[in-house]
Amino acid sequence: MALTTNDASARQPLPNGSAPNGPDGVAEAAPIHPVLEFWYYFSENKGSVAGLFIVLTLITLAIFADVIAPHLPYEQYRDHLLQPPAWQEGGSWEFILGTDPVGRDLLSRLIYGTRESLFVGVIVVTISLTVGVSLGLVAGFFPGILGTAILRLMDTILAFPSLLMALVLVAILGPSLTNAMIAIAIVLQPHFVRLTRAAVMAELSKDYVTASRVNGAGIFRLMYITVLPNCMAPLIVQATLSFSTAILDAAALGFLGLGAQPPIPEWGTMLSEARDFILRAWWVVTFPGLAILISVIAFNLMGDGLRDALDPKLKRS
Amino acid sequence: MLKFILTRIGLLIPTFIGVTIISFTFIRLLPGDPIELMAGERGIAPERHAQLMAQFGFDKPIWEQYLVFMGRLLNGDLGVSIVTKKPIFDEFFTLFPATLELALFAIVFAVVLGLPAGIIAGVKRGSVFDHTVMGISLTGFSMPIFWWGLLLIIFFSGILGWTPVSGRISVLYYFEPVTGFMLIDTLLSDEEGAFRSAVSHLILPAIVLGTIPLAVIARQTRSAMLEVLSEDYVRTARAKGLPPSRVVGLHALRNALIPVITVIGLQVGVLLAGAILTETIFAWPGIGKWMVDSISRRDYPSVQGGLMLIAAFVMLVNLIVDLLYGLINPRIRYAR
Repeated sequence: MALTTNDASARQPLPNGSAPNGPDGVAEAAPIHPVLEFWYYFSENKGSVAGLFIVLTLITLAIFADVIAPHLPYEQYRDHLLQPPAWQEGGSWEFILGTDPVGRDLLSRLIYGTRESLFVGVIVVTISLTVGVSLGLVAGFFPGILGTAILRLMDTILAFPSLLMALVLVAILGPSLTNAMIAIAIVLQPHFVRLTRAAVMAELSKDYVTASRVNGAGIFRLMYITVLPNCMAPLIVQATLSFSTAILDAAALGFLGLGAQPPIPEWGTMLSEARDFILRAWWVVTFPGLAILISVIAFNLMGDGLRDALDPKLKRS
Repeated sequence: MLKFILTRIGLLIPTFIGVTIISFTFIRLLPGDPIELMAGERGIAPERHAQLMAQFGFDKPIWEQYLVFMGRLLNGDLGVSIVTKKPIFDEFFTLFPATLELALFAIVFAVVLGLPAGIIAGVKRGSVFDHTVMGISLTGFSMPIFWWGLLLIIFFSGILGWTPVSGRISVLYYFEPVTGFMLIDTLLSDEEGAFRSAVSHLILPAIVLGTIPLAVIARQTRSAMLEVLSEDYVRTARAKGLPPSRVVGLHALRNALIPVITVIGLQVGVLLAGAILTETIFAWPGIGKWMVDSISRRDYPSVQGGLMLIAAFVMLVNLIVDLLYGLINPRIRYAR
């Protein structure tokens, strides 16, 4: 479920007196480029810019992990088991955030872990978006038995608490990161179905759709080329927010031992491995969780900003 | 009103049937043969295998299995656990009060803090307080609660030594459960210190479980407040010269609370999902931990039964919230 803010109502006109090309605003001078317009509204929300910055940093870390990380994620330094962070007594700058119970460098594992988390986010959002949007389009275009059946199925999936459903799906499929991603995608896609359907229903009665239909456009053309682009705004916002849910749920499954399996440096799995040491070595517990928290906050901030920029009327998804 | 209630219940029936179908199908989706899977690596003799297949009804056609399953379900029979051999229905409802107690305290914690924080943030929009509440709320909403639980254990149990690390009550105390709610049972038991022990065990898990609902409630209350405060009738009330406390507390709040109540109701799913993690961390003997344990013990009938009962509970609470919503908001009731 997405959170809502009402700050969007505080929208101000663009500088230089040129209003954006909205439903009520008519461009007086040359129309401003859509990308610039988007950036103008997006950057009004300082939090979103910060979120975007963190996300870009995470992407950089994931891509250049081999170069940035001081050590290899699986390399065990047997002489440095559970070594505290550099600034604490007994720590050294060789292992800035300390080492884990088997002597692996925590910082390096965290950096490599960004790969796992971003990968999870990308795959989950891609699957749930593709499947959800397609089902939503079908449900919107065929509101009869087919549409009702799809909606009922989605309602049923939503009746289960999402993590529980994911947990049970993983229990069926077997614990692994791939299966965790499939399970989370299944749990998340009903939101896309409902959003797409609602947006499609609103668009279908409009003249441009009728015009396209009269012109002889086929059903797939109508669905994906005519209608879908006009329903994208809420979907983009939902996709961003789903990205954070995916990271969070994958970490939760990893923590329960049903997601990524050790020794993969996935943050949730790292936390689960560190549980026995919580009262002895605070760092092995604190940093992986902090990494999860910061990434999730970043994507949520970005989602809020996208919501303000793309669709100020959108209140709840 | 009766028509409204009946329509809402009617809408739930297909979803409930869907829930039973999903729960029913799940155990049959497992790769391989369910009996062999339950037997695990030890293997199983062919005769015993056939006997178990017949006992669980896996040898019948799938639709017949489903009808038998539904027939039993309507009689409150969900089968027996493979591990404990006890009826799943009984197992579930023995543990359920523990989860309910935890969830109730979590939601009380969330409402008691979140509602006032949201109201004040909405009224003092743009203030330092508002920004702080929104910042904390964003953090809470993004919180991996399994990690949050561990942090609280490190701090309150490890460093300060204030609270116990796990369980519902100290092992020093033992008495027969009467209601299943530890706080009530300890009060009834007359044992000195038992109540205190139960409370100290409850605090950390309740905070952990209540964190996400707290964040959601604070943000929703703030939005609802902002929306209502810009309404004409609020301006009228101010113009009449009513004191601000009365405008906010009476005129604005009553309408702002309508969407907030729905949001609070919707947290039940969040709470039950969170209970899985919270109970695992704090070794809280509720249904969340039971589900995780059942999965790792490959006790699939228990997983199936638990899945369905939890979904049914979520649906029931959502129905109640829906009806309450109709009760306090006549616009909804008469719109259908």
